Parts: sequence; C-alpha cells; structure tokens
Amino acid sequence: MNSLLQNKRNQIIAIVALGIFLLILPFLAGMLGQAWVRILNITLLYVMLALGLNVVVGVAGLLDLGYVAFYAVGAYVWALLASQHFDLHYPWWVLLPLGAFLAALAGLMLGAPVLKLRGDYLAIVTLGFGEIIRILMNNLDKVSLPGGDTVYNITNGPRGITGIDGLNFFGFKLSKGIEIFGLPVSGLQLYYFVFLAFACFSVWMVYNLQHSRLGRAWQALREDEIAAKAMGINVRNVKLAAFAFGALTGGLAGGLFAAMQGFVSPESFGLLESVMILAMVVLGGMGHIPGVILGAVLLSAMPEVIRYAADENVQQKVFGFVVVAPEVLRNLIFSLAMILIMLYKPAGLWPSPERKAELEGDRV
Amino acid sequence: MSIDVLLQQIVNGLVVGSVYALVALGYTMVYGILQLINFAHGEIVMIGALVALVVTKALTAAGIPPVLALLLAILAAMIVCAIVGVSIERIAYRPLRSAPRLAPLITAIGVSIFLQQVAILVFGRNYFTFPEIIPKSPINIGPITVTANEIVILITSVSLMAGLLWLVNKTKIGTAMRATAEDQKVAGLMGIDINKIIAITFAIGSGLGAVAGVMVASNYGQAHYYMGFMLGLKAFTAAVMGGIGNLWGAVAGGLILGLVENVGLIFVRGDYKDIFAFVVLVLVLIFRPQGLIGEKVAERA
Repeated sequence: MNSLLQNKRNQIIAIVALGIFLLILPFLAGMLGQAWVRILNITLLYVMLALGLNVVVGVAGLLDLGYVAFYAVGAYVWALLASQHFDLHYPWWVLLPLGAFLAALAGLMLGAPVLKLRGDYLAIVTLGFGEIIRILMNNLDKVSLPGGDTVYNITNGPRGITGIDGLNFFGFKLSKGIEIFGLPVSGLQLYYFVFLAFACFSVWMVYNLQHSRLGRAWQALREDEIAAKAMGINVRNVKLAAFAFGALTGGLAGGLFAAMQGFVSPESFGLLESVMILAMVVLGGMGHIPGVILGAVLLSAMPEVIRYAADENVQQKVFGFVVVAPEVLRNLIFSLAMILIMLYKPAGLWPSPERKAELEGDRV
Repeated sequence: MSIDVLLQQIVNGLVVGSVYALVALGYTMVYGILQLINFAHGEIVMIGALVALVVTKALTAAGIPPVLALLLAILAAMIVCAIVGVSIERIAYRPLRSAPRLAPLITAIGVSIFLQQVAILVFGRNYFTFPEIIPKSPINIGPITVTANEIVILITSVSLMAGLLWLVNKTKIGTAMRATAEDQKVAGLMGIDINKIIAITFAIGSGLGAVAGVMVASNYGQAHYYMGFMLGLKAFTAAVMGGIGNLWGAVAGGLILGLVENVGLIFVRGDYKDIFAFVVLVLVLIFRPQGLIGEKVAERA
C-alpha cells in the first residue's frame, strides 16, 4: 500500500516536471534561435498527426498510406477562407472546427468505398486517395465549367497560397509576440503554447477514445475482424468511426499548420509525408500513445538536429573539406536509423506492455 | 475523336503498360512469397537505368559499337541490381520475417530513401540524357506511328514475361518458388532451401526491374535519381489492381494501367493523367476487392 502511494507520488512528480519542462522549452530553444522554436512547433504538429494516424493504424489496424490528405484538407480550408486569395478572413473558431469537420467528412468518403478491403489493398487505395487530393490541389487553378469560358482559380495550383492570416485572438495577432513582465515572448513561442494545448487535447481525446467502448471495438477489429463481428460489433460503423476520428485530428493540425506558416502548397502534402507519419507511429510503438509521441518527436526533430550537426562548417573543421552535402548526409543517417531501429526493435521503441508480452510470447 | 487517335493511344498505352508490367512483376513476386510491399523496388529500377547509362557511355567512348555497348550495359545493370536486391533482402528483410507485419514495411521505406541518397552521392542530382542508340525516327504503319525503340521495348518485355512465366510454371526452381509462396514451413520440410529461393526471387525481380529501368530511360531519353518513385508507385498500383501475388495479374494490371492512362488522355487533360490511374484502381477494387485475377484469399479464422 505504501509503495503504491509512493508510485502515485512519483508519477505526479514526473508529470509536473514534464509540464514545467514543456513550458520553458520554447524559451530554451529561443536562446538558440527562432528557427529552433519553429522546429518545436512543427514537432508538435507531427505529434498530433501521429496520434490521429495511430487511431487508424495502431488501434483499429487499418493500414492508411494517404493520411496526409486530411492534413491537406485542414490546411487548405484555412488557407482558402483566411487569406487574400478570395479575400475572405474568417476567424479561427470557425475555421478550425470547419477544417476538422471537412477532414472527417473526407475520412468517411475514403472509408465508405474501401470497407471491404483489407491489408495491403487498403493501403494502396488510401495511397491513391492521397495522391488524388494532391493532384487536385495542383490542378484546381484552372477550372472551367462545361460550356462556360470563365476559368476559376481555386487553389492557385503548384504556386500555393500565400499571405494566409495567422492566428488572431479577438484582435490580438499572435505572430506579433508579446512582452510579459519584461520577458519578450516571440510570435512563434506564442504559437508553441497554442500548439501544445492542441497537442494535449489530442492526447486526451485519443486516450479517452482508446479506452471507450468504441476503442475496445477498434482493438477487437484489429485482432480479428470475424470474431469481432461475431461478438456483435458493427464492423462498418466502427471502421468508419476510426477513419473519421483519425482524419479529424489531421484536419485540425492542418489548419494550425497553415496559420503558422502563412503559406501552403501541394508540395507539403506528398506521399513521403504520409509515409513519414506512418513511420512515426510504427517506430514509436503502434497503439501506445507515449510510444507514438516519442516516434513523432524523434523523427521530426532528428533530421533537423542532424542538419545542424552535419553542417558544412562542422565537416570543414573535422575533415578539412566538405565530404557530402548536409542534406544528403541527413537523409542517409535518417534512413539508416529507421532501418536499424526496426531491425533491433521490431515492435517499436516503446510498445505497450501487452503488445510487448504478446510478441515475446510468440517467440517462445 | 477519330479512330486513328484511339489506335495511336492504344499503341502508346501498350508500350508504357508493358514497362509497368515488368516492374509490377518484381513487386508481385516478392509479395507472393513474403507478403511484403518491397518499397525499394522503384529505386532498383532507377539504379538499373543509371548504371546502364554510365556503362553505355563508357563503352561507346571506348569505341565499342553502340548496340553491343547497350547490351553489355543492360547485362551489367541486371547484375548490379540483382546484387543490390539480394543484399536488401538479406540485410533489411530477412531478420524481420517473424516480426509484426508493418516492421519490414518501415525498413523497406528506409532502404528506399537510403538508395536514393546513395544514388545522389554516386551519380549526382542531374538529369542525364540517355543516348539514342535504337533510333526514335517514326515508322508509319497505316494510321499509327511507332518508333523502332518502342517496338524493341514491346518485344523485349513480352519475351521477358514469357520467360518468367515459363520459369515459374515449368522449371524446378519455379515449382520451389510456388511451394514457398504457398507455405514456407511445409516447403522447408519438403527439402526446399527457403532462403535460397527467396534470394533467387529477389534477384530475378531486380533483374527485370533493371531492364525496365533501361526501357523507361531510353523511351523518355533521360534518367535521374528520382525516376524510380512515380514509376514504382504506378507499377505497384498495377500489381494490386491485377491481384497482388499473381503473375498474370501483374501483367494484366500493367497493361490495363498503361492503356487507361493513354486512352484517358483523349478525354481529360494531361494534368489529370495520374488521377485517372488511381480512380480506375479504386473502382476495380470496389467491385473486385481481390483484384482482377487475384484469388479470393481465405479469411483468417
């Protein structure tokens, strides 16, 4: 009993410490330069994306290779309705829910026709869906109705949309930054706190979903679809719900991305992006929230850190000349790390205890 | 729309489709045996094209007649690709055979990025022009225009596919491959060296990919480190559309995809060509979830 209390206390201390660390982190990064704060913000977005995809792949066991499409939907909803492009400027409390809702709708649209497909067939159709969305964004800049001569420019094609409104809380522009008790807080650092709040919200949502009736149904579906059906689970609805909830998180992250960057183009939403998010989920530990967060942090921060570490100047100092372009070196190390982690930790870096036991049990 | 345009696009579609089919065979062979999407296969095709390009240039510069140089270059590309393919399997896939299903998929993605970076280091980021060895001057057959290059591509790929089908269906190695695909454990008990058969499968698939790479490079007249990505994606789509794991399915899927893309060009603008391919894929899979020729796999109990 005593040790149990002790455990509980340690847990609380750990959580408080983590909270304080997360709150001062942007200021530590700010000392190194605002570029690092931006990396932190992007990392938080990836945490949200990885959590959303985790619902689909990790919890419900549906392999989705086109997840970035939902991110794109969220980003484009924000970009189109809050920029000079159509001269529309809706506030965030309209755009974020709308983006999330439309992304969830897109999730249902994708989910409905592919209900019968399994495994790799599902993967390739979702991949195709992602590509279709990307190609549409690239080409919806010259739409003309049959018979009409007017050409409509909806997405501005590969040039993307610039001059997007940032987050704006009742007249206060977040990007301007603020000074609290003489301590300057930059715009990017303010964005960090907003993103952190949304990331925490995503963790809370996914955690509760996973432990709800629906979450248990997803797990049953992942383990054995036929048995789940026999237990009275409505496989169709449960699958659609997984797609919708996963997409919702993606759409939310997309809106935030557009608001921070002020610029979106189809290039940010390629297949490689989907693959990266999937890699975060699998590398971290499918279906296990802390593992997925770890995977997202590692895969989104690591390339940036390597980029700085493998800088031309550093190479100049160590070898006397530039051996390889930093970009190439970064990707080389990154891909090797992906291969090695999977070879030595096939269940991911931080799998859930049950899954770990299951896998080790298999080997006996 | 005149019938001539349609005929022309059908011919173009068959040429492109036969290349898709060759690459798709590489995907489907590996999938049939390991149930693994070999994401790195597109990169093998790219390596094949670039190796062939460098060797052709070096040999023609040394005074060897161009056609002989091209043949030697293709041979070299096939050998290099087979070695790369077998090594990938040995290093990145074999240790994960009993791991969770998605683990080897992630290593495959890692290998794919790795090979691209190696290609940048070895060959650079440039777009290379592929020398025109087989003439591309148009030949008119009735209303249709083809080039000698396209005819060679068609004949080569058809004979390679026929060769592969013969190998798989009529020879001892082929029987062993089919047995391994059916049930690895039982095949092992029957005295088949599973590891050897899987290595051979990777070698053959990669060799075919190398030839396909040379074909694409000579058809479009260029090669670069990123060419494997879209090609691999299309070929994999073709393999799934036909019913993955089935050789005839890969051939049919490749040809259909090539035809659909090119005939579709008559009706929609070129920008939407890629959408067309994926829309057809989705439609096919909605009505035949197991692919066009794929067998209905028994559901896991």
